[in-house]
Amino acid sequence: MKRLYTHFGDRVFALVLLLLALGVVALALLMAYELYRGGSLALGRFGLLGFALGKEWDPALEKTFGAWPYILGTLIVSLSALFLSFFPALAAAIFAAEYAPRWLAQILNFLLDLMAAVPSVVYGLWGIFVLAPWLRDKLQLPLYLWAAEHAPGLLPLLGVPTGYGLMTAVLILASMIVPYTAALARDAIALVPREHREAAYALGATRWEVMRLAILPLARGGILAGAFLALARAVGETMAVTMVIGNSHKLPYTLFGGAATMPSVIANEFTEAVEDLHLSALIGVGFLLFLVSMAVNFTAAYVLRRQERLVKGVL
Amino acid sequence: MSRERDLALRRRYRVERLMLALVALGTLLAFLVLFLVLVYALFQGLGALNLDFFLKDMRPPGEAGGGLRQAIVGTLIVDGLGLLLALPFGLAAGILLAEYPDHPLNPYLRLLSDTLNGMPAILFGLLAFILVVKPMGGFSGLSGAFALGFLMIPILARSTEGVLSLVPKEVREAGLALGLPRWRVILSLVLPTARAGLITGILLAFARAAGEAAPLLFTAFGSPLLELNPLKPMDTLPLRLFAFAISPYEDWHQKAWAAGLVLFGFITLTSLLARWASRRRF
Repeated sequence: MKRLYTHFGDRVFALVLLLLALGVVALALLMAYELYRGGSLALGRFGLLGFALGKEWDPALEKTFGAWPYILGTLIVSLSALFLSFFPALAAAIFAAEYAPRWLAQILNFLLDLMAAVPSVVYGLWGIFVLAPWLRDKLQLPLYLWAAEHAPGLLPLLGVPTGYGLMTAVLILASMIVPYTAALARDAIALVPREHREAAYALGATRWEVMRLAILPLARGGILAGAFLALARAVGETMAVTMVIGNSHKLPYTLFGGAATMPSVIANEFTEAVEDLHLSALIGVGFLLFLVSMAVNFTAAYVLRRQERLVKGVL
Repeated sequence: MSRERDLALRRRYRVERLMLALVALGTLLAFLVLFLVLVYALFQGLGALNLDFFLKDMRPPGEAGGGLRQAIVGTLIVDGLGLLLALPFGLAAGILLAEYPDHPLNPYLRLLSDTLNGMPAILFGLLAFILVVKPMGGFSGLSGAFALGFLMIPILARSTEGVLSLVPKEVREAGLALGLPRWRVILSLVLPTARAGLITGILLAFARAAGEAAPLLFTAFGSPLLELNPLKPMDTLPLRLFAFAISPYEDWHQKAWAAGLVLFGFITLTSLLARWASRRRF
């Protein structure tokens, strides 16, 4: 093997490959470094913790920048979306992997690919013109009118019924992240050795019992990794959320009310930021977003690696 | 005894049927919004689609007619330039991962590619803003291409690695046995064998980037007229769709749906093409 490298052309080729591949490493490092440096003006002014936990975001008058409303908004929106989407996604994976006939499974797999490929602006467009008006007229307004008559104390909790807000964003986001959980869960289920199912069937288990006793326990890691990947997508999703979340600077305190997430505030304010401190604060939010995404992605990678080892161990 | 067993069996079958129903219901729920989005895009978008949509630039609000030629052309230019930027880095990283499995850089390369793959697209836009827009002194199609290129690199790296690892070992062994140096084996035997899969990966990366608006908001920025100079701000379909969707004009809303439909059609076609390419050999 070693001798192969002694050929002059091979050395040149390997060197070129290495230099180009180092571009990937450089890209990751550059992203971390430049986001940190770009946000350093704001981070330096308020301190990392002060910036992350500050509740005021006021570019106009006070010139104070705290990212907490956006961090909280991101957490609420992405975790709720994950919660809502998890069981439908798992069901779709189970159905495609175990129950559906081959032709139907192929269609479902194609639909999952498609769902992941539909641009997020298209989901946002649907949110603006279909989901938000529907939620406003069919849910928020009746609830608001009912509360106005019977329980005025609830009114502040309901907020103004506009159709735009946390809940709309959560609903759209939930359906956007379905394919990530579903695809990984499907693959994990497909990886479970045939012998496991056959043994369970031979004992007289029903199809669901095979799923519950023989398949799901082994596929658990892959399913979990899929959930983390979906969470990572939800944390970073920008356009669809920006279009329906109502974009409020305040701490999100009602389910229907307007809010903002870390990506949405960057998308919304970046081209309007004329002052250095404002720009730096937005890049600082980007840096925090980078850290959060990194943490979620590393967790997903870790869980997936453990899962691979588990399945290999069984084989 | 047999009565008890009978009851237990019935209960188990009931659970079986219930779970099947739940799984089917969950599957329907999972695809519900996708279905609704597609139906609405079709119904709303088809009405605004005509020849002008592809051949004319957009008009100011209130003036009927016009199209989105500038956004369609812009998407192709920005996305195409991005692909050109990303290809050498993505391919090289993928080849290194697949063909030099013992390379000391590989564990880091794989981890970083995966991490970058999961990074929010808007962060690539921020990076392109800092690295290109600021030094150049203004928004430009080129900076948008950088943003999309950054985004495509990790996708290309991982898809290339995946495809190359499917090439049978015998292909490489045959080449080496003939006395070919390793670089010739890779360039003349391994890559051509994997050509269909490589094209699939490239198409999918291209399609993925074509739908992105977030990283272009403050790089390519958008432009109401046809712009062919990549050093000037450029329009793309997702950007224009976003601007039209949040505008107050009915006509622009119609065009936003049409833009969504065109974008969606383009991405579906590309995915179908990619699937077809990966099935046949060239």
